[in-house]
Amino acid sequence: MPNPARAWREYPQRYRLEAEKCTKCGYIAFPPRLVCPQCGNRKFAKTKLAESGKLLTFTIIRVPPEPFEDQAPYAVGIAELADGVKLTAQVVDCDFAGLKVGMPVRLEFRKLYEEGEAGVIYYGYKFVPE
Amino acid sequence: MRDVAVIGIGMTKWGELWTKSLRTIFVESALLALDDAGVDKIDSMVVGCMSSGLFVGQEHLTSLLSDYLGKNPVPAARVESACSSGGLALRQGFIEVASGMSDVVLVGGVEKMTDVTGCEATFALGTAADQEYEGFHGLTFPGLYAMMAVAHMHKYGTTREQLALVAVKNHDNGSKNPLAQYPFKVTVEGVLQSVLVADPLRILDCSPITDGAAAVVLCPADMAKKMKKPVVRITGCGQATDTIALSSRKDLAWIESTHIAGQKALSMAGRKIGDIDLFEVHDCFTIAEIMITEALGIVEKGRGGKAVEEGLTSLKGKFPVNPSGGLKAKGHPVGATGVAQAVEVVKQLRGEAAERQIKGAKRGLTQNMGGTGGSSVVHVFEAE
Repeated sequence: MPNPARAWREYPQRYRLEAEKCTKCGYIAFPPRLVCPQCGNRKFAKTKLAESGKLLTFTIIRVPPEPFEDQAPYAVGIAELADGVKLTAQVVDCDFAGLKVGMPVRLEFRKLYEEGEAGVIYYGYKFVPE
Repeated sequence: MRDVAVIGIGMTKWGELWTKSLRTIFVESALLALDDAGVDKIDSMVVGCMSSGLFVGQEHLTSLLSDYLGKNPVPAARVESACSSGGLALRQGFIEVASGMSDVVLVGGVEKMTDVTGCEATFALGTAADQEYEGFHGLTFPGLYAMMAVAHMHKYGTTREQLALVAVKNHDNGSKNPLAQYPFKVTVEGVLQSVLVADPLRILDCSPITDGAAAVVLCPADMAKKMKKPVVRITGCGQATDTIALSSRKDLAWIESTHIAGQKALSMAGRKIGDIDLFEVHDCFTIAEIMITEALGIVEKGRGGKAVEEGLTSLKGKFPVNPSGGLKAKGHPVGATGVAQAVEVVKQLRGEAAERQIKGAKRGLTQNMGGTGGSSVVHVFEAE
């Protein structure tokens, strides 16, 4: 993805956890959408994601895609946040053997990977066990 | 709508075909299907291919493949729905014949995956997931299915051994399929000792990277009867989509798109799941087959692991699943897989499956899936 525009387009979500809440049914869209998948409404109000939740599932990636080659093995999981939003992120600062479905996690701002020596450095959120 | 029949099938040996290009493997299978059907003139062709752009840097397959098949100026379409591109091509061909728009339609699927490194192939396959919100975090396809496996194991108590038994069963079947990429048997111990890819999935839980193609010829059933060919009709066709990101699903241990596509196809055919004699399903990972047997209603929710353990889905079981060896042993050239499933079911219904023949098979079902279930295509086939 050698294009900075593609990276900064997602900054509101990756840096600031900005989401949008459907003005009709309350569905929280992360990332934002133009149409509510729950009720079809097209109006949303800005909101921010809850910063903690619980792990629904996880895995440990042993064979990584190219940009993550120097990081393997690393854990990735899906968590459900306190506001009901479910999202995917790496699980860090943890002992792999201690990972459990249902364990409490919080979102922290971290570095994800860098695009070679002169490319974009990608940041975003990761899960940290509470 | 007109009744649609499959009158020709073609598939060559799958594997790492270093001496052959995408165009060659496609044309070889297409010619086998045309010869099997005994037709030379086609009204249209539809090709399923996921990512010739990323795998070989070639788009515009409509022109390339019709040209090398010697069929210009035939109308041609390429369809893409990740790993269910082949199944979707079959659906589009079916719709074209059923509607009366075309009489003889060649449906093919192709993927040439070994011209790139393993890393590049992993990237290309990863584009079937949400690139900005799954791939961005370092997720791979084995990783996504591993998370589905953990969710299923947590919810239903599915065991690591039950996952391994899917690989053992499909390799047993594949050992009887001379066209399979890996026609050898594996053991539970072998699977459990193979290298970890994404916990709890090991390399022998995963389908391989494969070069391959498959093709079928469709025409109206009335025309097929006049040609005095063994007639296998497509009686049901269903497709459904779901969210691109796994995290957006209501239940991580359930494949809703397969459930809906299956219901649609069975309802069109006027059949129940118990009427089906064999199944070719999308076992891209061992956990996938377990979840698909549940989504199609072969077994109840949560019983997929037990079903393999009890032999329900083995070649001699009540509901044989993946007699061809499945994606696991036969190989998984992503765009070709959905068409190859149709090739196997037609072979079985014609009684031409040799060592892996299911006795007296009259009805078969194929289930082809994209991503983590973001799209599913199901077809029902019946012998006359």
